[in-house]
Amino acid sequence: MTEETLLSIENLKVHFPLKTRGFSAPKSFVHAVDGIDLKIAKGKTFGIVGESGSGKTTTALAVMRLVPITSGAITLGDQRLDRLEGEELRRARRHMQIIFQDPYSSLNPRVRAGAIVREPMDLMDVGEKSEREDLVAELFRQVGLRPEQQALFPHQFSGGQRQRIGVARALASQPDLVVCDEPVSALDVAIQAQIINLLRKLQAELGLTYLFISHDLGVVQYICDDIAVMYLGKIVEMGDRISLFKEPLHPYTWALLSAVPSADPALRDRADRIRLQGDPPSPIDPPPGCGFASRCPFSQALCTMEAPQLRTIRTGHSVACHFVSDDGVPPQRKI
Amino acid sequence: MAEPLLEIKDLRVEFDTRDGVATVIDGLDISLYPGEILGIVGESGCGKSMTALSIMRLVPVPPGRIAKGTIRLDGEDLLQVSEKRMRGVRGNAISMIFQEPMTSLNPVFSVGDQIAETILLHEGGSKRAAWQRAVEMLDAVGIPVPEVRAREYPHQMSGGMRQRVMIAMALACQPRVLIADEPTTALDVTVQAQIFDLLKDLQKKTGAVIVLITHDMGAIAEMAQRVVVMYAGRKVEDGPVDEILTNPKHPYTTGLIGCVPHLSADPSEERVPLTDIPGVVPPMTRLGQGCPFAPRCSEAMDKCRLEMPTQSVVGEDHRVSCWLIENDGP
Repeated sequence: MTEETLLSIENLKVHFPLKTRGFSAPKSFVHAVDGIDLKIAKGKTFGIVGESGSGKTTTALAVMRLVPITSGAITLGDQRLDRLEGEELRRARRHMQIIFQDPYSSLNPRVRAGAIVREPMDLMDVGEKSEREDLVAELFRQVGLRPEQQALFPHQFSGGQRQRIGVARALASQPDLVVCDEPVSALDVAIQAQIINLLRKLQAELGLTYLFISHDLGVVQYICDDIAVMYLGKIVEMGDRISLFKEPLHPYTWALLSAVPSADPALRDRADRIRLQGDPPSPIDPPPGCGFASRCPFSQALCTMEAPQLRTIRTGHSVACHFVSDDGVPPQRKI
Repeated sequence: MAEPLLEIKDLRVEFDTRDGVATVIDGLDISLYPGEILGIVGESGCGKSMTALSIMRLVPVPPGRIAKGTIRLDGEDLLQVSEKRMRGVRGNAISMIFQEPMTSLNPVFSVGDQIAETILLHEGGSKRAAWQRAVEMLDAVGIPVPEVRAREYPHQMSGGMRQRVMIAMALACQPRVLIADEPTTALDVTVQAQIFDLLKDLQKKTGAVIVLITHDMGAIAEMAQRVVVMYAGRKVEDGPVDEILTNPKHPYTTGLIGCVPHLSADPSEERVPLTDIPGVVPPMTRLGQGCPFAPRCSEAMDKCRLEMPTQSVVGEDHRVSCWLIENDGP
């Protein structure tokens, strides 16, 4: 591939220790992210999908250096983010910004909208001081708010407008990478479309790179160029949007796609839809083997003993499953 | 068509607010027929949940009141009966499952006790028999080892399990109408699929009418036979699901379908921008005389801003309230 890589993650692990009872008890860890590798090309949108507890948000927070990293490397441009500390780390944050899920709790209720958007500029010395006022006004225009709305407080805006403020704030430091952590999940359906269209427009205008976290497969299919499917802290399948959705390889991806209620009768009446039983297992001290084995309709003895490695099946499409054949026949197609 | 089991006619619900009276539901007609799943769809603040609360007569009074209309279950007007009689209806003939299964279960009683309580209250009998029925209900909603699980407390269960408990409780007295208000919003998609399958199965077995309230057109397509589209407390369009999805008449319905990126089995390289419904649902105190959707509608005409549209029939069992239809003829 000729594309320039903006962000690369190598063997990232984030484990959270659990409180132990008594000091002789063995320490338990939540394996929130358990060894993932991915690369995001400049100007593209990389999506991570998964259910709650899959580690998708922890991955996003690790990239933002908002959770302690257990091991692994995160490189943004030519800078090793995982090694930065103190002032250096603070300076590096200019290049990576985040849009949060909940536009109600992520804006300070006592600060006016204009000041919220301006703050990152002051902290990161973006542009000349005299220019900043114009920059803020320009950002407001770009995200579809009126300049006079700068004087309002967050509670005077609707949910969709607040999320626009969140987007403007994320863009204020002119970042290379914008992490979008479920940016539309808390919004009403009609408002979701407004924000998704806005994110696409800004990407086209400003050449932004997005790391897009979502549980909504429809949204991910629409907005992302490359997608990783996570389950229990690991990437089980990764591919470009066409290949991944046309020919899903991992049984879990297939189950996820089967589970989405669809307005498309062709998709709805497919005979080979599979239904999963039960809930995802706990990420506390996960057993060896494939994390999906306990819910997988195709699992065999091997699956519970040995964890499958991510391997490339065709260009830009890889999967971690023992029973996907090398020429790309997934287990759900073999029966 | 058969006689409706539940019939809402000309319902009007008002709330007193600091800005004056808000009419949160106005002129709503909905009929439920035996053996069907009816979807109610719309954005938040469109009156979907308020419709459900009106059927259960749980609209908080004051500040709210049901100002006008009838809700007939088998000919009996639920808005006229005594509170005592209504207590006998709730959870018995009509029951409801809520969006958030964590907050709607009591944390200090075991789930078996909570289900048995419903049975004891409505049907009497011995505690032992009620407990036995509770265990059977847990079994029916697919909870493994129900006799053990019945002794557990809500916090010991996952979100999907808790929603199953809610369904077991709602179905314990064999209701004729089950209202499901966004039953899967708090759940993961694989668990959501399990709950939908369960609801469909139980509907077939018990013959209860299900009212599914949601904002997800996909869920409607998957579950319901008929759908009512609501906007700002009014019904804007209703009809058979397949008809509405393929041939929506109201600009709001078209917008609701087009604003969601629907998952496709065969995605194309090109991605057309999503339909944008600009703005938000207006506050209910500031609705003018015209069509409430007019300020957000791309096809609004002068007439739309001045006069409330009347309902026209555009197909078999397909009705829409929009001046555009009136102009073009049916």
